[in-house]
Amino acid sequence: MKIIILGATSAIAEATARLYAGEGAELLLVARQPERLAAIAADLKLRGAARVETATRDLADTDGVADAFAGFVATLGGVDHVLLAYGVLGDQKSIEHDPAAAQTSLTVNFTSAAAWALVAAEALERQGRGSLVVLGSVAGDRGRRANFIYGAAKAGLATLVEGIAHRFATSGPRAVIVKPGPVITPMTEAFANRKGSMWSMPDAVASIVRRAADSGGPVIYAPRFWRWIMLVIRSLPSALFNRLEI
Amino acid sequence: MTRFVPSDDLVSWGRVLRARHEVARPHWRDELPALLGEGAEAGRKLLAIGLRRSYGDCGLNPDGAVIDMAALDRAISFDPETRLLRAEAGISLDALLAILVPRGFFLPVTPGTRFVTLGGAIANDVHGKNHHRAGTLGRWVRRLGLMRSEGGTLELGPDDNTGLFAATVGGLGLTGLIAWVEIEVIPIASATMEVETIPFATLDAFFPLTAESDGAFDYTVAWIDCLARGDARGRGLFSRARHAAEGPLVLQKKRPGPTVPLDLPGFALNGLTVKAFNELCYRNGRRRAGRAAAPYEPFFYPLDRIGGWSRLYGKRGFYQYQSVVPPEVAGDATRAMLEAVSAAGEGSFLAVLKTFGDMPSPGMLSFPRPGTTLALDFANRGASTLKLMDRLDAIVREAGGRLYPAKDGRISAAMFRAGYPNWEDFARHVDPRFSSSFWRRVSQEEGP
Repeated sequence: MKIIILGATSAIAEATARLYAGEGAELLLVARQPERLAAIAADLKLRGAARVETATRDLADTDGVADAFAGFVATLGGVDHVLLAYGVLGDQKSIEHDPAAAQTSLTVNFTSAAAWALVAAEALERQGRGSLVVLGSVAGDRGRRANFIYGAAKAGLATLVEGIAHRFATSGPRAVIVKPGPVITPMTEAFANRKGSMWSMPDAVASIVRRAADSGGPVIYAPRFWRWIMLVIRSLPSALFNRLEI
Repeated sequence: MTRFVPSDDLVSWGRVLRARHEVARPHWRDELPALLGEGAEAGRKLLAIGLRRSYGDCGLNPDGAVIDMAALDRAISFDPETRLLRAEAGISLDALLAILVPRGFFLPVTPGTRFVTLGGAIANDVHGKNHHRAGTLGRWVRRLGLMRSEGGTLELGPDDNTGLFAATVGGLGLTGLIAWVEIEVIPIASATMEVETIPFATLDAFFPLTAESDGAFDYTVAWIDCLARGDARGRGLFSRARHAAEGPLVLQKKRPGPTVPLDLPGFALNGLTVKAFNELCYRNGRRRAGRAAAPYEPFFYPLDRIGGWSRLYGKRGFYQYQSVVPPEVAGDATRAMLEAVSAAGEGSFLAVLKTFGDMPSPGMLSFPRPGTTLALDFANRGASTLKLMDRLDAIVREAGGRLYPAKDGRISAAMFRAGYPNWEDFARHVDPRFSSSFWRRVSQEEGP
């Protein structure tokens, strides 16, 4: 099995990569920092990966994405699953008053991610099989003052991936958007006291991400109970929703 | 960039002390230098922590800062020829077994849980059921990376002659931050264990059993029913084992056992239930006595099957009391301790007895020394529990023994110093920016 992970240094991506390593998969890891990629690669080999390749790249840079993605596939000699796992949360309070920062957030989380998702979809469609799994967020399900710029990007990404899944419906490959609730990762470390039943560990989300590549979708919440919470949150009338500190 | 974030309820495995800490949870080695600088900046004291399986307060630093190493959990390298395995300090023994067992190797020494970090295992210089053969885990360390608050990473090994390596192994995390560790591992032919269980009726029967078995078996340990009275006092089950010569090399995956979802009410573990549990253990063991082939996982890690078992002790938590007493007085001192426990009616859920061998421990504060070690645990009932442990202290001290800091949360400075007479040599190697609740108590240092 050949896996391409875009944003391989994210905590959820690394936890998912360990599951693939345990299955003896071949992996290609893409992220910005070569030392961190090397640390993950060495670990995954010892955890059972048949082969681990790395590519250093700032994924927010969308110049020549099609060629770059083709290069990843060529390096691995094929591809079965693509996991798109990068994103930046940013501080909503500081970016909502700074149009340039807001735009950077949207560019990284949506525009660039969409570009990679589309070229991956092309590759999977051409070969008529394979899975594209994209990390979204429950933040994309309803705009909230706490994180709506990040949420807007993730909402866009979810719609894009749902559309790809729809396009794939008759052609063989699969596309899934996985929407985690809050996860204890470096992305959320600014939150004090990350504990309680709302918070998940990367391992728990990773096992859902891994299964999502095989079945289910096109929208999967992680953990699953978030489907019901978000159903309620989406259904709340504004008059009530506006009074909630969520 | 990783930062320190306040957390108000960090607890250790014994759950007695709940305290506020500034916690940082780095994921990358390149984040550590800045954290060491920042952690110490505000004049706070620092401590690296792992999976928090230490029972008492050697892994707590109330009102100070801790660097939670559990996400620095990557294997770095393994060479089957030299049998050297190097990994980041936050990797768990569970993850190491998953790497080693399918390749035909095993941890040279393992404690009774695999949910501890490698760094924590070195900082507490842990021992296992094979102490008489293998010594402590610290004896198997070939290199380690130690980061000090003044900057830089020191690479230390047993050849170090400054004393810093000997202070760091078993040094309770006080000499700096252990970033990575390289250990030598052992080959195994099979993941199966040959286990023999022998019931014994009295404590006197334990000593000849262990003396006779330690030469022929890699692993020996005994469980005793310390609540039995009269004729049955000191009865128990002796188990001895070795890695089987044949069998598959498969990782024994933790069966998803039950998890204790919440603190049980304080009355759940009382004299009656503990007594019933002990009775059941003894009968069960007697029924299954004899030789058997067993998977390694339940043999080494019986309690790992119950997630969060320490919550069985309820909200107030529990104390673990592990002592070692010299061979000459082992029988008398052990008997005296069991009598004191029995007289106090403070049931110990688990009482484990093991004879240490005479391989020297590498650390200045390493706990194991030749003699017999007894581990007991007591629900925290406040003053009466502390009083019982004071009585046990008197017995251990008179016997010339000492207590295990990894288990301790209440030892007095005098008791600690009596057991570890070279503590002042050790103190010279403590990183001036590092401290723990345990260390402040036993060194009577000021709080942060």
